[in-house]
Amino acid sequence: MSALLIAENLGKSFRRGGVRLAAVDGASFSVDDGETLGIVGPSGSGKTTLARLVVRLIDADVGTLQFEGADLLALRGKALRATRKRIQMVFQDPLAALNPRASVADVIGDPLRIHRLADSGGRPAAIAHLLNRVGLPAALASRAVHEISGGQRQRVAIARALATEPRLIVLDEAASALDVSARAHILKLLVELQAESGISYIFVSHDIAVVRAISHRVAIMDHGRIVETGPTAQVIAAPQSATGKALIAAVPHLMPAQD
Amino acid sequence: MSLVARFTRSPEGLFGAAVLAALIVIALGAPFLFPRDPLSIVGPPLTAPFTDWALPLGTDRLGRNVLAELVHGSRASLLVGFAATLAAIIIGASVGTIAGFAGGLVDEALMRVVDAFQTVPGFLLALAFVSVIGASLPVVVLAIALSAWTGPARLARAEVLSLRERDYVAAARVIGMHPAEIAFRQILPNALAPVLALSAVIVAGAILTEAALSFLGLGDPNIVTWGSMIAEGRAVLRSSPFLSIIPGIALVVTVLGVYLFGEGLSEALSRRAVRS
Ligand SMILES: Nc1ncnc2c1ncn2[C@@H]1O[C@H](COP(=O)(O)OP(=O)(O)O)[C@@H](O)[C@H]1O
Ligand SMILES: [Mg+2]
Repeated sequence: MSALLIAENLGKSFRRGGVRLAAVDGASFSVDDGETLGIVGPSGSGKTTLARLVVRLIDADVGTLQFEGADLLALRGKALRATRKRIQMVFQDPLAALNPRASVADVIGDPLRIHRLADSGGRPAAIAHLLNRVGLPAALASRAVHEISGGQRQRVAIARALATEPRLIVLDEAASALDVSARAHILKLLVELQAESGISYIFVSHDIAVVRAISHRVAIMDHGRIVETGPTAQVIAAPQSATGKALIAAVPHLMPAQD
Repeated sequence: MSLVARFTRSPEGLFGAAVLAALIVIALGAPFLFPRDPLSIVGPPLTAPFTDWALPLGTDRLGRNVLAELVHGSRASLLVGFAATLAAIIIGASVGTIAGFAGGLVDEALMRVVDAFQTVPGFLLALAFVSVIGASLPVVVLAIALSAWTGPARLARAEVLSLRERDYVAAARVIGMHPAEIAFRQILPNALAPVLALSAVIVAGAILTEAALSFLGLGDPNIVTWGSMIAEGRAVLRSSPFLSIIPGIALVVTVLGVYLFGEGLSEALSRRAVRS
């Protein structure tokens, strides 16, 4: 396996009433082809900021980001928009992440149109195919996004992310706003899609139980720093950092056996 | 409950809608009701109203049919009112969207332009514009739009500033959408509702401004307007006050109707906002 994404010493701080607070501080990690990196940490630890840095929604203050061997942070304008085809994102609240006036077909059709992946004649078929891939009926295409359920909306958001056949999808709390059964279905869908296409994920969540279900490796964040990283099973069995121990202790059935 | 159903629960809104509908019918029907040029002379001058059934509202100083003038005058009022409002909203919403979306220096510069327009009283601006370029219907429309676009611009900017932080806008960037498409196709349509709620007030103001310009002789000289009728009547205000009073009443009823319609509409809109 080769590294698809390599982040080194990424940093981002925000002004808060005159003082600069580091939301992400010296974060280094990598994601391999076909791998899922889980990022877990308490609320406010900088996970969302890190996710948005990786998809270039916000600009890093310091650090480097290499994607497919090229410098991702150097891209601007048209070149950046073209590269976005290969890095997609799924947000926490699918209702907020979809234009309230849009239909399902608009949402999934936009990336196809923007990156000229299907002409207007071929678009309905491409949209139907994407809906099927995320386990939704093709007939849903004509519905408005506010008419469908939360679980269906998140599937639509995933279909939008898949439309450009990206190499990497960053998922920020993508299952957190869903009920238990919808969450289980979404996680299963993500694993199946990865098995089919070898896509990589960065899966961000405050819930280590959810991260465990999907990640090959995990990075634990606290106060903007990555305090621990390693294979999922190993980190859960023997967390090294205080944050890691606390996160695992909070979920009783994950507690490593006492000895 | 639909917007229409909520609207029908407001009596003032219904009254406004009725006035507006009647005016639109009259304005559209004017060429059929009074096919002759309303500026043609049809009887003895200064016939008092309700004395001759062929000329129910009497005649003016030159012997022109006041009712025909009134009916044809509604066309100018409504046309200018709607066209100027449409222009003001298109200009204002575009400028406000660009300012709010671009931010930084672009925002600063555009908002200083808005400030500059707002410090000059709207009527003076329209007056200056028309007297420099010359009076014709399109110039009057543009002049009124120039004095009315700043409200929509501010409102659109404020709305865009809050919308641009939404996740769906971030999602549009992530799929590689061009910023112009994000601003005008993703954000602007969602920012439009409060801006449109402003339109009734702008229409009412535009109708008044048009009447005032015509009153000062700065309207299009080739068409009848209520403002020019009032100005005409002023010369004989003591002997025949009805010549000024009749178009004056038409103006008041129209502006009131448009205003109440707008009130009813924004009330219906805000009830929905509370609900959702
Ligand atoms: N746009 C912003 N402006 C100011 N502070 C921010 C902004 N985004 C995040 N922060 C701050 O950065 C820290 C990390 O936030 P975030 O990345 O959202 O954490 P998480 O997703 O782990 O809950 C928090 O203290 C938050 O208040
Ligand atoms: Mg977060």
